[in-house]
Amino acid sequence: MRHILSILIENEAGALSRVTGLFSARGYNIDSLTVQTTEDPTMSRMTIVTHGSDDIIEQITKQLNKLVEVVKVIDLNEADHIERELMLIKVRATGKERDEMKRMADIFRGRIIDVTEKSYTVELTGPGEKLDAFIKALDPATILETVRTGASGIGRGERILKI
Amino acid sequence: MEISGAEIVTRCLKEEGVEFVFGYPGGAVLEIYDAIHKQDFFKHVLVRHEQAAVHAADAYSRSSNKVGVALLTSGPGATNGITGIATAYMDSIPLIVISGQVGTPMIGSDAFQEVDMVGCSRPIVKHNFLVKDVRDLAATFKKAFHIATTGRPGPVVIDIPKDVTIHKTSFDYPKSVSIRSYNPPVKGHPGQIKKAAQLLADAKRPFVYVGGGAVIGNAGAEVTELVKLLNIPCTNTLMGLGALDGTDPNFVGMLGMHGTYEANLAMQYCDVLIAVGARFDDRVISVPNQFLSQAKKIVHIDIDPSSIAKRVKVDVPIVGDVKSVVGDLVNLLKESGQRPNEKALAGWWEQINEWRKPNSLLYTQDTEIIKPQYVVQKLWEVTDGQAIVTSDVGQHQMFAAQYYKFRRPRQWINSGGLGTMGFGLPAAMGAQMANPYAQVACITGEASIQMNIQELSTCKQYHIPVKIVNLNNRYLGMVRQWQEFFYGNRYSESYMDALPDFVKLAEAYGHIGMKIEKPSDVEPALREAFSEKLKDRLVFLDFITDQKANVFPMVQNGKGLNQMDLPEHMRGMQQVPFENNRDYGNLC
Ligand SMILES: Cc1cc2nc3c(=O)[nH]c(=O)nc-3n(C[C@H](O)[C@H](O)[C@H](O)COP(=O)(O)OP(=O)(O)OC[C@H]3O[C@@H](n4cnc5c(N)ncnc54)[C@H](O)[C@@H]3O)c2cc1C
Ligand SMILES: Cc1ncc(C[n+]2csc(CCOP(=O)(O)OP(=O)(O)O)c2C)c(N)n1
Ligand SMILES: [Mg+2]
Repeated sequence: MRHILSILIENEAGALSRVTGLFSARGYNIDSLTVQTTEDPTMSRMTIVTHGSDDIIEQITKQLNKLVEVVKVIDLNEADHIERELMLIKVRATGKERDEMKRMADIFRGRIIDVTEKSYTVELTGPGEKLDAFIKALDPATILETVRTGASGIGRGERILKI
Repeated sequence: MEISGAEIVTRCLKEEGVEFVFGYPGGAVLEIYDAIHKQDFFKHVLVRHEQAAVHAADAYSRSSNKVGVALLTSGPGATNGITGIATAYMDSIPLIVISGQVGTPMIGSDAFQEVDMVGCSRPIVKHNFLVKDVRDLAATFKKAFHIATTGRPGPVVIDIPKDVTIHKTSFDYPKSVSIRSYNPPVKGHPGQIKKAAQLLADAKRPFVYVGGGAVIGNAGAEVTELVKLLNIPCTNTLMGLGALDGTDPNFVGMLGMHGTYEANLAMQYCDVLIAVGARFDDRVISVPNQFLSQAKKIVHIDIDPSSIAKRVKVDVPIVGDVKSVVGDLVNLLKESGQRPNEKALAGWWEQINEWRKPNSLLYTQDTEIIKPQYVVQKLWEVTDGQAIVTSDVGQHQMFAAQYYKFRRPRQWINSGGLGTMGFGLPAAMGAQMANPYAQVACITGEASIQMNIQELSTCKQYHIPVKIVNLNNRYLGMVRQWQEFFYGNRYSESYMDALPDFVKLAEAYGHIGMKIEKPSDVEPALREAFSEKLKDRLVFLDFITDQKANVFPMVQNGKGLNQMDLPEHMRGMQQVPFENNRDYGNLC
């Protein structure tokens, strides 16, 4: 099953490679990984999307907790949570495609953030499936380039990950 | 006053009470070696290969509960240490490895003798540090010793670029350390301990399975008290040997791949299992499904949550330090007076004693060829069972584990998790340095000993009087045994040809060598080697042993603990409870 792990980790050189090294050494999967410092510059927040049986997810969490630099790990799937991903997608937009593209971006609540004579760059946020749906809705031939950040997640309501 | 980074290194080691540093110099650590030259806080032991420095430091830790320290130069020095670090990591041994690094401005430029030591060692350390600023050096050492020795112990690498050893700053060793992201547990949850006590009280066939965690966690006394208080049978893993006295009547021998008949069957057929600092390794329980096919309730005490429920699901997990948790459990049982049902327990003992009867470790020593088991047994007699014994890896290691009945924790020093050939001799050096008055024996094989034979030179230089017991079967015996069992006797590359004359070799290094070919000479040779007269000398005893001896019992890969290959006199014997009229139904 797919799980989203949220990790608070010391913002130290090498900390990220300990996390990714752990996944590869133990044969776990990383579907996506995002990381940035938090409001406290000494601390980073990481979101890892992974999949595996319950036993494997339990081991992943325990192994992550064992890393000296990891402060806390939670499995967001254990309760209500929100996840968002950002995509920048550059599409061909010439002739009558231009209107069509604009309409599509509107439907998906995307924003066009860069325009040339031949292309639009659309910014789109949402759960991963929404971004997938947008890509699917386009004629593949019109897609010039896509960049996706991978999911970031946060618990709903009072559920807070902090030290 | 400002002092150099190199001097800070020596001062930190002094603050940590380090007595010995095992190392080998090179360009990147010359400043540190210069600082070592100017101090007399600790002694430096110059090994002949960096792998040996790490093994010696590791065994210094294992045999003393102090922390071993190894010092390696950058590049090849550091990579030579890798096998040693991995060995310590697999067995959870606290260790500090200091490696030199090229100067900070050069890092990443493929400089001479540059290797990314933090990257290379990352998967095999508990933690590691690259110190880029001399002002961080003292605090890093404090953290490193703290991390290495607390929680589940392990090796910590400190990689120090050369310019950092030259730069100066004031020295101020932190008194305490707190790392917000690192808070290993100590006390076990009282509710869980209560549940464990209740399970024991309800047990009909209780069994205690003790691992290396009880040795490194110094819980021998607590474990013994638990076993004696309830009068339960107890087994030790290869790493746990000595946690309960090997001559104690409650001890049923080692379990696992080469465990005794009684230990393996008790493990399979018990109804309540208390696992203490043991990790259900594949060489112990073999296949989890087969092990669990006989229903049992399991209590698992371990300081590392990731050891729990990794290979088998357990009923009562208790995360905490084994000394504290077992101590609390004993106290609770004493207060509450809870005891297993007397009648059921007596029946269980009767059963275990029946399993003991055929003696799965029986062998016969004839007049012609020396049996390896016989040498170990005689070694035990000659040393009164009191020697510190190190070993290498192979059949001789298993014979040592089976026939030397270890009396106390930290007496048995071997590489279990990684199974590193070449460990034995440097380990004996480290153990002897930590225990200068103890008798130290290294039980080895003619193949393993050659993997770090150069350390005979170190032993000469520092007058390290260890006794080397070479069980020379002219084979990679353990490999040959597997080829006999699983590869139709095709002994591919497992014969050791062109062996050196070990007696001459020992003599060439300035030691005493003896070659023993007759069974009747075994005991006299051992007596001489361990005599007062030779107490200050290294003696290399080359025992020419039976080429075809195999280690029994054996649980083959993929088989259950009740599917052992048994020694000849027990072939075909049933591996079930002997009497069916006893209540072996499910407790659960
Ligand atoms: C040729 C060969 C054959 C082998 N055959 C066998 C065999 O027949 N039988 C056998 O048993 N082994 C055998 N082994 C060894 C095997 O590979 C494992 O190394 C060994 O079984 C592991 O021992 P352990 O379970 O005691 O765990 P260790 O590796 O000693 O682990 C210790 C456990 O205790 C925990 N711990 C550490 N400190 C504490 C503390 N303070 N408090 C609480 N918990 C703590 C750790 O987290 C860990 O889970 C063999 C090895 C070789 C090389
Ligand atoms: C460094 C290393 N290489 C290879 C092995 C695989 N191996 C395990 S036991 C063994 C044979 C050991 O032979 P010897 O030291 O003579 O001991 P014996 O089994 O004959 O007693 C080998 C090659 C190992 N454990 N370690
Ligand atoms: Mg051999």
